[in-house]
Amino acid sequence: MSANGTDGFVVFDKVQKSYDGESLVVKDLNLSVAKGEFLTMLGPSGSGKTTCLMMLAGFETATNGEIMLDGRPINSIPPHKRGIGMVFQNYALFPHMSVGENLSFPLEVRGMGKSVREQKIKRALDMVQMGAFASRRPAQLSGGQQQRIALARALVFEPEVVLMDEPLGALDKQLREHMQFEITRLAHDLGITTVYVTHDQTEALTMSDNVAVFDDGRIQQLAPPDKLYEEPENSFVAQFIGENNTLDGRIKEIRGEHCVVELDNGEMIDARPVNVTKAGERTRVSIRPERVESNPERLHPDAHLIKAEVVEFIYMGDVFRTRLKVAGNENFIMKSRNAPDQVRHKPGSTIEIGWLPKDCRALDMPS
Amino acid sequence: MVQADAGAMPPSTTTTTAPKEKLTTSDGRSLKTALRQAERRRRIAAFLLVAPLLFFILTFFVFPIAQMMWRSVDNPQVVRALPNTLEALSGWDGRDLPPEEVFAALHADFVADSERPRREQAMGPLGVRLNYELSAARGAISRTARQAPNFEAPFRDAFTDAHRLWGDPALWRVIQREGRALTSAYYVAALDRQFDEFGNIELRDENRRIYISLFIRTILLSVAITFLTFLLGFPIAYYLSILPMRYANLLMICVLLPFWTSLLVRTSAWIVLLQQQGVINSTLVGLGIIGDDSRLSMIYNMTGTIVAMTHILLPFMVLPLYSVMRTIPPSYMRAAKSLGATPSTAFRRVYFPQTLPGIGAGGVLVFIISIGYYITPALVGGQSGRMISNEIARHMQQSLNWGLAAALGTMLLVGVLVLYWLYNRLVGADSLKLG
Repeated sequence: MSANGTDGFVVFDKVQKSYDGESLVVKDLNLSVAKGEFLTMLGPSGSGKTTCLMMLAGFETATNGEIMLDGRPINSIPPHKRGIGMVFQNYALFPHMSVGENLSFPLEVRGMGKSVREQKIKRALDMVQMGAFASRRPAQLSGGQQQRIALARALVFEPEVVLMDEPLGALDKQLREHMQFEITRLAHDLGITTVYVTHDQTEALTMSDNVAVFDDGRIQQLAPPDKLYEEPENSFVAQFIGENNTLDGRIKEIRGEHCVVELDNGEMIDARPVNVTKAGERTRVSIRPERVESNPERLHPDAHLIKAEVVEFIYMGDVFRTRLKVAGNENFIMKSRNAPDQVRHKPGSTIEIGWLPKDCRALDMPS
Repeated sequence: MVQADAGAMPPSTTTTTAPKEKLTTSDGRSLKTALRQAERRRRIAAFLLVAPLLFFILTFFVFPIAQMMWRSVDNPQVVRALPNTLEALSGWDGRDLPPEEVFAALHADFVADSERPRREQAMGPLGVRLNYELSAARGAISRTARQAPNFEAPFRDAFTDAHRLWGDPALWRVIQREGRALTSAYYVAALDRQFDEFGNIELRDENRRIYISLFIRTILLSVAITFLTFLLGFPIAYYLSILPMRYANLLMICVLLPFWTSLLVRTSAWIVLLQQQGVINSTLVGLGIIGDDSRLSMIYNMTGTIVAMTHILLPFMVLPLYSVMRTIPPSYMRAAKSLGATPSTAFRRVYFPQTLPGIGAGGVLVFIISIGYYITPALVGGQSGRMISNEIARHMQQSLNWGLAAALGTMLLVGVLVLYWLYNRLVGADSLKLG
């Protein structure tokens, strides 16, 4: 993990958090966010990601450890003095104020004059294409428009760090995808350091420079999206990010970047050892469905072949989704592109499938 | 760029394409008639559901209030008892004593009344009615009523001999003025005013003015009580709203305890606590904070009324406040702080404005209830803690001047309605949140 060191713009240094004094919600968190970076905290609910965000915003205090912003420790600085912009899950637009008044609020409490305020409000509203809505009340806006206003309000006082707590959770799919693009564009254009919390992995993959996957109060993996998807470091990450086929077995032998796994039904496959260390260890190997191939012509000569029984064939338009029984696992999915030469397998038939050894990762066996 | 969220635009263009001709159903009936018939059963069911309450309210609320308001202007006594006299008086100028024929008519009225069955005799009510305007009038009527059948002409002397009041033009002016089926006299009295000898309305003597100052005191007391319940209720409602539900419910029971204790028990408790030999005074004397000879008087005066009523009405403030505060998500305060507002600014500019519907509802409730409160001021209010409702009750039960009681009650009702109307104009009644 590249998550320690204190040179980042936002740094969590050995941070722990407990609410009841009996159990830790956040266990030994070390994280460093560079200036201008878009970092996403991704994880299931209860994994501690929102708690981390609230500690950074100042609404929760760290039980132990230090949080630093631009080199200064901020544990004892109250939220209103941290100068961190925040977009809340349900936007938290003040219902008794118009859109303009909502945006004016952070500027007023900073004692800015009227003309400066109006200029900044106009710029912020234009930035989110909501220039014509300054006099509306939040209740008169649609969910997507409220989302934009919440974003504008968090940016209008030009903070260096913006936190977003599942800001797109309440929007429908199409709007959400559009806003994902808008938010990333804004964050990069303005060069703001962004910490984004979500439980939606697609959102995390499409938006971020780096993703920190949280589970059980720890960062399971911190990596750029492509690395996270293609090279998961443990079976939680492999399972949590994207679709994944797993086969359980035992390590037969390890040789450097290569290992042989004996599956539970006795078949042998090649794999890349990731977090397994010695022969005899239980392992769970993981293969992405789109890396599974049934056409021998498309397979690499090195590819390892294994017998599979077709259970179900699902036509999905752009892709075919074939459910296979492989080494006792009936939920083994193969995703193939709808190409002219692609075979549509009949249920009940037996085929041979294969993959590159580097796409088959031998990971830890979750307890 | 394309605004993907056009849903917020007001719908405007959909209605213009509707066809002009009347829509009919497939068997040719008008669509509106068909709809009405189809919905009739549901409407009848809805009416039947509310009918018992409607009947109840009409019988026991609307009708009595209408009757009360009628009673404040109803004035049948003089017309019933003295029809001939009133006719004869019609040309009288109101200065000297009326001429002989008026007295003859008066005699005729007395004779006619004495011949009626006892239950229908009108002279008794007449005496009571005239006595409201002129003390001693009741005595004059009742004494004269016994002797009048035996009077002989000249009647003028006979009447003035029977009671000196018949020789006083003031009595005759009252008879002439009140010889109408409707009267404003009760309202004139309720406003601390009276008629002078020319029939103009003037203020009463200073030592006989009661009601206006009592109205003012009632309003001031109600304002003070409303403000106190707000001061005490706001923090507790806030605390309740941020507590986890099970603790909040427990604490809410403590707030609601006043609701569940009998009014008399509570009021008696206040008497025990607040009287001069009571718990508070004895403790203060025991601690040496005040001397034995300077015990505080906290009951049977305005303090007693304020303390007891604030306690009793507190739940009416706390409940609406709590229900409003419960709906304000904590993220608003967090958002305000993250935007740079100090906790006090965040409270003042973001939290407090959102509690206004609750404050309005609680304030209107407490104020309207306290303005008409009766039992507590009657028990612990003493003289300086009396409110207008105690005066109304006195007229209902002791002086039996129902007309005046009705006039005072109507003024109270109208006052409350005016205040409610004002509130509606200023704040909007639809923003009230009662629970």
